[in-house]
This record gives sequence, structure tokens and C-alpha cells, in this order.
Amino acid sequence: MNALLHIQNVTKKYGKKEVLKDVSIDVSSGKIVGLLGPNGSGKSTLIKLINGLIEPNNGMITIKGNALGNESKKIMAYLPERTYLNNWMKVKDILSFFSDFYSDFDRNRAEEMLKQLNINKNDKLKTMSKGTKEKVQLILVMSRKADLYILDEPIGGVDPATRDYILKTIIKNYSTESSILIATHLIQEIENICDEVIFLAYGEVVLQGSVDEIREEKGKSIDALFREVFVC
Amino acid sequence: MAWEFNNNEPIYRQLLDQLKLRIISGVIGTGSKLDSVRDLAQDAGVNPNTMQRALAELEREELVFSQRTSGRFVTEDKELIQRLRNEYAHEKVRELTTSLLQLGYTRKELIELINGFLEEVS
Repeated sequence: MNALLHIQNVTKKYGKKEVLKDVSIDVSSGKIVGLLGPNGSGKSTLIKLINGLIEPNNGMITIKGNALGNESKKIMAYLPERTYLNNWMKVKDILSFFSDFYSDFDRNRAEEMLKQLNINKNDKLKTMSKGTKEKVQLILVMSRKADLYILDEPIGGVDPATRDYILKTIIKNYSTESSILIATHLIQEIENICDEVIFLAYGEVVLQGSVDEIREEKGKSIDALFREVFVC
Repeated sequence: MAWEFNNNEPIYRQLLDQLKLRIISGVIGTGSKLDSVRDLAQDAGVNPNTMQRALAELEREELVFSQRTSGRFVTEDKELIQRLRNEYAHEKVRELTTSLLQLGYTRKELIELINGFLEEVS
């Protein structure tokens, strides 16, 4: 078994409420995987579990065969839904912060991307729009040479042109040794870049498969299928 | 030539069709070198694995070939390209005529329509 990320029979409860029920997922190297599900399906909980921010009640998560811990954090790059960076910092301070913190951080790559998106290194986060802050965070995460990238809603708050840039950046930067897990509602935007998608509903995996096989089998896009499965 | 995708069909097959069209129309010339998988994938906005799969299929159909160190090239077999071009034209004519015949046009009217159109564009 050579799964990069192995999630086995994971159950998570908040109090009495079971938010993930016996979830098992394997992600192998070199894949871009879309984690899709309606609000409250357990996406964020799953992502927090993978990052070791919370503990499962049952089951096990391993990365490259090792339990979660410092070693797994070194090879994972996580883009949380919310910012954790300090508002008073300038972009260049954050670059130094990341260089100190992560040995796999490629500062040149980050600076190049900042330039391409016309973001000034001397600007403070405080002065930036929500979308620009999101761009900065994504650039930081994608400038690491990690084995597993976990992106929680990476394109939610940015304009369509920047979305294209971000998706192209993801395609450009990822290597055959690394994998990317993208949690999002914007299915149409990401389905062409995913190898596989996972549908999560009410804490359970209801569908997992290759984008092209699903399209072949169902004769419709992942977006259309999602709307059908989760019709309100 | 821009990439265009229909979201209801497998991306791999659409990539294959569009790459073939680029080859038979000469956008990518006979014997010329293809961009890298990554560049092509980035340009099309698709997953590199999917692009790789489409290129592997083109290779299997002998429309492109790999040279171990220098990359992928379009075949120099002009006959093969011509044959594919004919197949493509045939398919387009078939689509057009079937749909118009279904609408109730006669053969004679069809030919007149086509000739009329050809005069307009010339």
C-alpha cells in the first residue's frame, strides 16, 4: 500500500453529534483530489483531522505510513479557510517568517508569484482587501515544496481572472510526487483540474472516483451530478 | 486555437479530439515538437495526468512519437495525417447532411444551399 494519505474508518463526534461516520479515503501520490460536499457535510472537520488540529474519536489517519505529528506537518502545506497571519505584518515580514518556519519554503517562487499578481511586498496585510489577503496566503502555501497540499476553499473570495491564475499555478507547481486536496463549493471551476473527486454528505463518503470515469458513466459534469445528488 | 470544453464529456477524450484537430489543421505542423505535458496542461487548464493520458493515446495511434531525451514530436507521416483529415471532413459532412435531410430538405436543395454558401464566402 503506497497511499500518501490514508484515512481509515474515521469517526468524529462533537458532543453527541456524529459529524464524520466511519470515513475511509486513500489519496495516492501525484493526484489532485476535489473534496466536495454541501454545507455541514463534514469537509472542514475532515481537513482539521488530517492536519491534526482535532483528534478523531475512532479510526486512524496516516501520511506516508506515519501517524500524524511533527514529521507529517513538515511535508504538509495547509491553506485554512480563515487567515491566521497577523494583520500588522508586511508581506515581506511574512515571507521571512515562512522562510524561518518551513525548510521547504521557496522564497523566490513566492516573490515571483507576488509580482505576477501585482502585490507589493511592502504592503501591510491590514491595508489589503479580503481577496488580496487570500492570494497572499495561497502563494505562501503553494511556495512550499510539500508532499501534500490541503487547500480549504482556495478560490472562494477571488475574482475569475485570479481564479484562473490560481488554478494554473496549482497545475504548474504540483509534481508527480505531491498531491493536492482541494475542498470547495466551486465545483465547475475546479473539476477540469481534478483527477478524482470525493463527495461527502452528512459525514459519509457517498461517491469517490475519477472525474473522467464519472463523466463517462453518468454523461454529465461533476457539477451537474452534485446538484442532482444534493438537490434541496 | 483556444481550448474549449464541454463539461458533460470526459476531458481526456476532448483533449484527444482537440489535439488531433490541431495536428490535422496544421496548427501543430508535421514533424514539429509538442510543448511539454505541463505546459500543455497549464495552457488548457486541465490536470497534467489527463493531458498525459491524451498524449499517450496519440502516441498509441502513432500521430505523435517520443524521443527519449528531447520530447514529443508530431508524426512525419503525411499520409496518416491526410487520412485523418479526410475522416474528419467525412464526419462533418455526415453530421451536416443527416441533420438537414432530417429537416426535410431534398438532395437537390442541399447541394444548392452548399453552392450558394460557397459563393457567398468566396
